[in-house]
Amino acid sequence: MPHRAFFAFILPSLVAMILFIALPIASVAVQSLFVQHEKVVVETETCAPFGGCKKETRVDSDATAKLRHDEPLGKFNGFGTYLDRNHLAVGEIKAILASSTGIGNVVTQIYNLPFYKALSFTLTYTFIVTPFAMLLGFCIALGVNTLPPLAKGPVIFFSLLPMIVTPLVGALIVYWMVSTQGIVGATLQNLFNDPTLSLKSSSVLTWLTLLAYGIWHNAPFSFVVFYAGLQTVPDDTLESAMIDGASRWERIRFVIVPHLMPLATFVALVQLMDNFRVFEPIVGFSADANATSLSWSIYNDLHSQVDQLFGSAAATSMLTITGVIILLSPVLVRTWREFNRR
Amino acid sequence: MSIANRKPFPLALISVGFVIVWVFLAAFPFIWTVWGSFKVEQDFFSRETWWNAVTGLRTIAQTGSAFTGDGYYGAWVTRDFMSSVFNTAIVTVCVVVISLTFGTLGGYALARSGHRYTFWILMAALVFRAMPHITLVSGYLLPFFQMNIWGYLPTSIIVLVAINQPFTLWMLHSFFLSIPKDLDESALVDGCSRFQAFRLVVIPVMWPGVITTGLFSFLLAYNDFAVTAMLLSQPNQTMVPKIASFLGTVQQEGNVMFAVAAVVSATAPLFLLVMFFQRQIVSGLTAGAVKG
Repeated sequence: MPHRAFFAFILPSLVAMILFIALPIASVAVQSLFVQHEKVVVETETCAPFGGCKKETRVDSDATAKLRHDEPLGKFNGFGTYLDRNHLAVGEIKAILASSTGIGNVVTQIYNLPFYKALSFTLTYTFIVTPFAMLLGFCIALGVNTLPPLAKGPVIFFSLLPMIVTPLVGALIVYWMVSTQGIVGATLQNLFNDPTLSLKSSSVLTWLTLLAYGIWHNAPFSFVVFYAGLQTVPDDTLESAMIDGASRWERIRFVIVPHLMPLATFVALVQLMDNFRVFEPIVGFSADANATSLSWSIYNDLHSQVDQLFGSAAATSMLTITGVIILLSPVLVRTWREFNRR
Repeated sequence: MSIANRKPFPLALISVGFVIVWVFLAAFPFIWTVWGSFKVEQDFFSRETWWNAVTGLRTIAQTGSAFTGDGYYGAWVTRDFMSSVFNTAIVTVCVVVISLTFGTLGGYALARSGHRYTFWILMAALVFRAMPHITLVSGYLLPFFQMNIWGYLPTSIIVLVAINQPFTLWMLHSFFLSIPKDLDESALVDGCSRFQAFRLVVIPVMWPGVITTGLFSFLLAYNDFAVTAMLLSQPNQTMVPKIASFLGTVQQEGNVMFAVAAVVSATAPLFLLVMFFQRQIVSGLTAGAVKG
């Protein structure tokens, strides 16, 4: 296809992506270097007839509003926002390390910094939910594959629901069930005979609930892909493995798993990308006291009622984008090598 | 069934049992919530026993019948969920139509051009696909405020179309690769221009791929929370941000059932979608896997 025709065809899509994906990333990069103007403070001297003179400082709200209106970006701050307490917290970490009293203490203190708190949950969620959801999906696929054909349709229908449902809505449905007055939460209270037991009461329980929700939400995708893959496993290979004396487990381990490996890399890639942006479950479970994620911190900065902290949100966004690129880099490097070999 | 799949009885029992447990886990939350949405709050969130939600003890006491539509009335009429449903309909239809139009043109070009830059465009699309949507939103807000286009439906529509493009391009690109090149090349030999070849030869055979891709565009637009919650003003809200805004206000007023009814209303179209398009959804999920 000649260049002209190619660009004529791809132009609308390319323009949309440049305007609304590439430029915003640039805009985020610029915004992250600025902070909002501080409030304009004026010092006035009021002299009472007898009390002498007093100096007062007050916020000039008109001037503040005008300044913020004229320069919406705020003032230049360089990398200040990246290094402050709410992001990389370099100063705080140095102080923590200097006054360190044992590794556990250091970890707890660093965990209490907002950015590291969000980062640790995001990474835990990404790297626990992805493999477990894939494993569960694989087991379901093996199970469904042996069902009689008539039962397969309805089973696949119900299996798709947790994945297809709106993430926020799915999170709410589960949250209502596990809340203290919901069916699961109340039953657990009875079971452990502890009327104060609540999944929201401790970080560990909140994390476990969110992880379990993540696995429930992500398993169907792996299931569908692996199930389709199982249909293409050659029967001959399986039977010859049987004749060679391979046990059921060995057949799964040495025939089926290698056959599904390319699919598994694809599923892992997609799930890592999606789980890294975990956001809706935290809103749905209102879990932000015990678990926050990078996406949630950006949302929180932008959503605050008083001041929208564009600079802070932008800095977190840039750090998140860096994370995404690190996560993707093995894939990008591999694709690049394969492309060059061709 | 081949010999290789035949199992000893206990193993088959475990395998079937496992599938039954999974189906229960997958389906029960939905069935329970749909059932509970027709009860009063004291039943669905019962302090005594969950059995009340099944029998509807308080519901009968308060409304005289075991089922009540109060939650739905409250959400749809009192709290104006209706207009959000309408907004969602506009947004999803526009997003699907526009992104499929852009995507088929782009995907076709990517599949038919052998030049080096197609690789770079696809790689850039992959990176863009991985961007968390909320990071992009933080880039939109300030410029949109400045340009005075924040809060309107068209703004969100075009943003969702753009966010959707990487995925649409990849999917349609791999779909067009599966349509033989000879088809449109013979049209070119017969004297068609590129665009005529696309219109007369490719469009008639591309519908299976377009429908599958369209389903996923629909899901993206319908399920989105990050973009619509941040970029739409209160009166223009779509369903998902509306439900989120219910949570803050409704819980204080003791009307959680409004939110439950709204959640069930928002899930119902997805049920129908899976029911009618199960085959396309499954094939779409696997198409990316097999070729990507």
